[in-house]
Amino acid sequence: MAPGPIRVAETPLVSYLLRRADDALVLGHRLSEWAGRAPTMEEDMALANMGLDLLGQARMLYAHAGEVEGRGRDEDAFAYWRDERGYRNLLLVEQPNGDFAVTIVRQFLYAAYAEPYWRAMMASGDATLAAVGAKAEKEMAYHVRHCAEWVVRLGDGTAESRARAAAALTELWPFTGELFEVDGTDRTLIAAGIAVDPQTLREPWQRTVIQVLAEATLEAPPAGFMRRGGRSGRHSEHLGHLLAEMQHLQRSNPGAAW
Amino acid sequence: MYTQALNAGAVGAGQPPGEDAALLARFQERVDADQRIEPNDAMPEAYRRTLIRQISQHAHSEIIGMQPEGNWLTRAPSLRRKAALLAKVQDECGHGLYLYAAAETLGIAREELVDQLLTGKAKYSSIFNYPTLSWADIGAIGWLVDGAAIMNQIPLCRCSYGPYARAMIRVCKEESFHQRQGFEIMLTLARGTSAQKAMAQDALDRWWWPCLMMFGPPDAASQHSDTSTRWKIKRFSNDELRRKFVDATVPQAHFLGLTLPDPDLRFDADSGHWEFGAIDWDELRRVIAGDGPCNADRIAARRCAHEDGAWVREAALAFAAKRQAKQAA
Ligand SMILES: [Fe+2]
Ligand SMILES: [Fe+2]
Repeated sequence: MAPGPIRVAETPLVSYLLRRADDALVLGHRLSEWAGRAPTMEEDMALANMGLDLLGQARMLYAHAGEVEGRGRDEDAFAYWRDERGYRNLLLVEQPNGDFAVTIVRQFLYAAYAEPYWRAMMASGDATLAAVGAKAEKEMAYHVRHCAEWVVRLGDGTAESRARAAAALTELWPFTGELFEVDGTDRTLIAAGIAVDPQTLREPWQRTVIQVLAEATLEAPPAGFMRRGGRSGRHSEHLGHLLAEMQHLQRSNPGAAW
Repeated sequence: MYTQALNAGAVGAGQPPGEDAALLARFQERVDADQRIEPNDAMPEAYRRTLIRQISQHAHSEIIGMQPEGNWLTRAPSLRRKAALLAKVQDECGHGLYLYAAAETLGIAREELVDQLLTGKAKYSSIFNYPTLSWADIGAIGWLVDGAAIMNQIPLCRCSYGPYARAMIRVCKEESFHQRQGFEIMLTLARGTSAQKAMAQDALDRWWWPCLMMFGPPDAASQHSDTSTRWKIKRFSNDELRRKFVDATVPQAHFLGLTLPDPDLRFDADSGHWEFGAIDWDELRRVIAGDGPCNADRIAARRCAHEDGAWVREAALAFAAKRQAKQAA
């Protein structure tokens, strides 16, 4: 067990696995913050379901990162002992829950990307990533369906819900550019047949988003400045608070097993 | 989690005027013959009201019970524990849903029951008015609170009212999974570092007595459980269930190497039971009356979720109405 925060020697594959694992963990954690607070009991169940899917994905990916890294680190070493700057998740998923519209729009924008992403990853040259893809693709398809239904209900519901859904879209839209970003890590792994080129996901993502927004009588915000930095550990201010809460117990008891 | 024998007695002693004695007699015969009563069957009004109260208290307890455990979801010390706790809190919500659905078969809407909870008219298990102050409390709740719930609910699987009995069968399976999981958390802590062991002991110290109170007031002080017993809603008395719980749990505490916070606890070889010290019934009365450590917080949090979600529920209704209008056109 780590005596203090860890620094991971990030090879392209380790880095790539941590990015995906961190996306899933941070978004799953955000969903778990809703427990007992949802607008209906049915929705409490649904948010927990989606959170559980994401936690499951994160755990498989961290375990694989540990194997690839080969230094005996387990899922908890990565989740609990990396500092904010070592986290590699998208800025989108760390954004606070806000109201129900923000949570649903955030989940929708992410899932509309993650579903085709994981489907494509089923063909990855990395067997574990392909296996995660087979499971996650089905899970994310449900997230897309569930969230799309809500986006439509909120957009085409009352004046208030419509305004809240539109505000959520405006707030979160600048974080969607990062979904399709390609850097050296990606390029190496794309060339090796392990990763998919995120640029190829832009079209299916847009198709889903535009179609659902149209049904919701909402409009996509105009193209504008896109925020980035999550993949290299330059986060918004929100992630540090999330990690402080999540990590404190594990870190106050170094060496303990739970 | 579960309902408390708060006032497990039947509502209203006598039959309402006009309810005919022949009906009551026929009903009692069916119950005596262990026939399940189903929603469309004739039933005495007091039977219906008693069940609505008991099942809804039980449902409210499941829903309020999400809070003390939810309090540690974002701080769970490992990913495995985090996922297991989220699944457990989700199960409790599911229990609330089945139970509200069971209550609805008796002719009352969920909205009305929820309203009774939010306005403070309805009761829920007093155990959830205690705070979760450390991670070990999550272990203690699973082990002891779910454990006590199982003691109470296993007999309810044979309750005369079909929908309640069937809900209980499903719920009990999940509660016993929760109980094992809670015990396993305690075992890990008890075998862990000295700080972890101290955490486990502290949790046991705080949860033990409130868990014994979960079974409700002593038999000598609780009236009118006769009708509930006759109607096979309740099959064991509060004291019988409490004793079963203590007998099952004391050896588990010993296995964990933890000390139960009761200097009077001793095994009575003659009766074969563990004899325990006096329960502070004033504390139970105080907590039920609203002065427990978290009563105000629990209801405030529930109201807050309800009010914050109002615009979402309105949107869903408005949307459904629009769709219906479109289809009709
Ligand atoms: Fe439960
Ligand atoms: Fe439970």
